[in-house]
Amino acid sequence: MKLVRDTWLIFQQEAGLMVRNPVMVAFSLAQPITYLILFAPFLKVVMVDRGASTYADAYRIYVPGLFVAMGLFGGLFAGYGLLSALRAGIIDRCRVTPVSRTGLLLGRALMHVCLNVVQAMVVTLVALPFGLRVHLANLLVSYALLSVMVLLSTSISYDIALLVRNENSLGVLVNTVGQPVSLLAGVLIPLVLAPMWIQRVAVWNPFAWATDGMRALFAGQITQSVVWQGALIMSGLAAASLFWSSRLFNRDVS
Amino acid sequence: MIEATGLRKSFRVGRGRGATTVEAVRGVDFAVRRGEIVGFLGPNGAGKSTTLRMLATLIRPSGGAATIAGVDLLRAPAQVRRRIGFVAQASGTYDDSTARRDLVLQARMHGLSKSVAQELAAGAIRAFQLDDFADRKIKTYSGGQRRRLDVALGVIHSPQVMFLDEPTAGLDPPSRVRMWQEVRRLREEGMTIFLTTHYLDEADSLCDRVSIIDAGRIVAEGTPSALKREISGDVVAVDFAAADVADETGGDLPAATKLLAEAPYVHAAEPVDGTLRLYDDSAATAIPQVMRALYDRGIEPGAIEARRPSLDDVFLAKTGRSLAE
Repeated sequence: MKLVRDTWLIFQQEAGLMVRNPVMVAFSLAQPITYLILFAPFLKVVMVDRGASTYADAYRIYVPGLFVAMGLFGGLFAGYGLLSALRAGIIDRCRVTPVSRTGLLLGRALMHVCLNVVQAMVVTLVALPFGLRVHLANLLVSYALLSVMVLLSTSISYDIALLVRNENSLGVLVNTVGQPVSLLAGVLIPLVLAPMWIQRVAVWNPFAWATDGMRALFAGQITQSVVWQGALIMSGLAAASLFWSSRLFNRDVS
Repeated sequence: MIEATGLRKSFRVGRGRGATTVEAVRGVDFAVRRGEIVGFLGPNGAGKSTTLRMLATLIRPSGGAATIAGVDLLRAPAQVRRRIGFVAQASGTYDDSTARRDLVLQARMHGLSKSVAQELAAGAIRAFQLDDFADRKIKTYSGGQRRRLDVALGVIHSPQVMFLDEPTAGLDPPSRVRMWQEVRRLREEGMTIFLTTHYLDEADSLCDRVSIIDAGRIVAEGTPSALKREISGDVVAVDFAAADVADETGGDLPAATKLLAEAPYVHAAEPVDGTLRLYDDSAATAIPQVMRALYDRGIEPGAIEARRPSLDDVFLAKTGRSLAE
């Protein structure tokens, strides 16, 4: 109960600060929208043999991939915020109070989840005029899947941040991990177009499962098993990673 | 109110075989009574902040024990947190937040309801005179305003014991005096205050008692006046850093030190930063003798000044170094 209250408290504080900084939120949307407008049309040409003959088809394939890319990178950079809060002494100030330690971490992670879902909503709205059509129920499930994915990537970022304790190393590690993971998840171009050996490697990439699940949702195939498989893989990993980051965070270091 | 015995902290630095252990605090004993203002005075890296952070439950001691407001620090850190306030060296506020928002959050982190937290925040804003800027972004505050907010945050839940880590570091003189007034006001409200400082004047005028700490050990303890009384007599400071005699080597300082250290009317001669400090029974009789001795050797001092011993002289006598260095 205390955990829920304190998580909500920290979430409110972090989200409140984000809302007070709308320019930052707007800028964080610039990249996904650029990709949405300038990259998605390529897919209409590339995927023509795979039955993508219209812009609507291209966006149905690209938007779920974009969600995964946003969820992955949006979360992976969350560690910067944690490091700057540690450096500014904000975390110390909180830790001298009886507030729940796990709540301090979880409230911050949930703010990133919320931010990413709002961004995904904006992206969905922008894609509508290009012909994107998706069932509302499937869309809501995809937002839920995105939320779990952001929890996972955020906690991975927290794990790295708490281990290296340094913004430069965090940046290098996040890019080194994030690039291959996103490409091997087929966020830009679906893996069906990839050579066989890449597809074989991608089977081991949890985010590839999430991307496939996300695309199935946008294709209107909510009953495909990859949907629940992707969700299950993401949830399991998110739970494990969150548990580990809260262990690292609560540990006696500062 | 605070009792510490043999409190120690060592850190492991580096990894694997290259790892070494740094002894930040080597076993300190001290006690602070209810309603006292007690200060840890020492240079950077002496272990002041580490001691404070151990007492504030932020880091776990490697050894020793402490009781704060009757609660065992190691056994019940959560109980300790309800009774203490802590103001760190780093401000610990959000740049984009406001004083009011952070004060409400702080009170709510102590488990208070939203309405109570808002009342407490309004009270703190009045008490610390933050009214003019309480709803502006914190990044627009001056250093002194920011520091007042830090202290307001630390005492929002009316703790019994308050820890202040370098409360006036980096503040201009008026803001420092203002902060001292705030600290005294907190004591009048019944709080016990434990602070660290590397400012001599702060330890001297604000603290009831001072512990001088160096390299992780307490080297002297007492009221500022008692500590200074330990240095009997006067201090004559002979300045060699003044304009015409200054150069990289400190000019005649080494020769003068050697000469005067052997003089019968000088108890001790310590060179500090281009100045030679001479400890003697009486400045009035020592100064003419010092001048004659120097002129006989053809050494011309920049300036000669007589003064009462300061806490820095105490520090120098105990550690062989000056705090000003």
